[in-house]
Amino acid sequence: MPETTFLDSSELVLNMGPQHPSTHGVLRIILKLDGEKVMGTECVIGYLHRGVEKIGENRTYQQFAPYVDRMDYCAAVSNGLGYCLAVEKLLNVQAPPRAQVSRVILTELNRIASHLIWLGTHALDIGAITPLFYVMREREEILNIFERYCGARLTTHAFRIGGLQYEIYDNFEQDVKAVCDLLLPKIREYDELLTENRIWMGRLQGIGVLNAEDCKAYGVTGPMLRAAGVKWDLRKAQPYSGYEQYDFEIPTGKNGDTYDRYTVRMEEMRQSIRIIRQAVEGIPEGPIMARIPKVLKPPVGEVYVSIEAPKGELGYFIVSDGSTQPYRLRVRPPSFINLQSLDRMARGALIADVVAIIGTIDIVLGEVDR
Amino acid sequence: MRKFLRTIFLIDLMEGLRVTFHYQRPKYIYTEQYPAERPKVAERFRGAPRLNINPDNGETLCIACNLCALACPENLIVVGSERNEQTRRKELTIFTYDISRCMFCGLCEDACPVDALELTQDFEMASYTREGQIWDRQMLEEGPRPTRYKY
Repeated sequence: MPETTFLDSSELVLNMGPQHPSTHGVLRIILKLDGEKVMGTECVIGYLHRGVEKIGENRTYQQFAPYVDRMDYCAAVSNGLGYCLAVEKLLNVQAPPRAQVSRVILTELNRIASHLIWLGTHALDIGAITPLFYVMREREEILNIFERYCGARLTTHAFRIGGLQYEIYDNFEQDVKAVCDLLLPKIREYDELLTENRIWMGRLQGIGVLNAEDCKAYGVTGPMLRAAGVKWDLRKAQPYSGYEQYDFEIPTGKNGDTYDRYTVRMEEMRQSIRIIRQAVEGIPEGPIMARIPKVLKPPVGEVYVSIEAPKGELGYFIVSDGSTQPYRLRVRPPSFINLQSLDRMARGALIADVVAIIGTIDIVLGEVDR
Repeated sequence: MRKFLRTIFLIDLMEGLRVTFHYQRPKYIYTEQYPAERPKVAERFRGAPRLNINPDNGETLCIACNLCALACPENLIVVGSERNEQTRRKELTIFTYDISRCMFCGLCEDACPVDALELTQDFEMASYTREGQIWDRQMLEEGPRPTRYKY
């Protein structure tokens, strides 16, 4: 057998990350390259592992609520909603209507904020620096509403089990309407900057194609699945928190490539504004907290509740043994499962496309590693 | 034909550049000159904790019930109390709060039955030592004193 040298080997192994700025955090990807072509990828995750699920086993149900905000920190409100709904199902209580409508408004605002961050970072990765500054500016307005509502901007801890802790503040409706009015023309501006731009189209169209069968095989959910043409949105499929009352469309794409995912997410922001406008019109009067005991001791049993987080299906599986703390708490994070399709999409692409593909998955490493 | 003309005259790029140059006007400058001009945080902002005192007689409002320490997910509050034999009531002796581990979730504030513990609008809590992050009762009552710079 002849001795192989470095020069003979056709495959080059290259490390991308964990400090690479385009990996959106601390994701390490081992790329196998043939020239510029990617022959295979391997993700190394766990650099941001904090053992959130284990922490959940050592905290009471109320005490764990602030920790879920720290998984997907771009969409902390959605995380909190999923957790609260799961524990409420375990306790067999429902939040009062006023709380449910307020929850929908805040969650949809958070979806827009999360998509704005995605848009800015995705564009930055591809080389368009300008949109990042604009989306941060608009996101600021949404975060200001969170700050005025619950006192925190990013890790909000906005919802409590059984409803809300804070009553909505005096000018809440006006502020939300003002943000909606502000955002629609701004989204049109991002369209002008990017959608028709030939560099943007050249970098995105036909890159990272994942068709509907592959999406289902990998368990990919959220905008990635919808971009492949599957009309699946948990807000429509299994409505929670009163989503069945609102009239909105599920945007879908055709090809399942990166450009379709971009258009789907842009349209989702507009649909979120539509939901917020409907919700803010009719916030019912009444209590904001259901009658639940101070010390929560859910009955023995297990429950799985999933919601449509900005990144996909976010599920909470809680096993209760009748004590004040969960026996087991498992989170189904959308980013973690969507990330598994990276290898399928990146195979055969170029290194520069890998950056575009990571951007389009919209991962948050806090959620991947938990 | 229209698409061809758009390609020739780089219309798509020009549209984007129009947006960019539109925001070059000084009217749209958003920079906050932080130490000189302080941001006005919201009324409900969850910042530095404060142990409220009764403004009339300067006594603490805390009844040493220990509910905040039980509510805290990080177990960072320590409440010490002593029974006063004359009035037969519990009196607060020590109260420490570890800022370095606090995540400002607001659960202690919600748990307090007498509104003694409160998260305030102060957000400048840096210190040079780790010990400086563990606030005792006096520090909690006075609040942080960040340096104010003159410009």
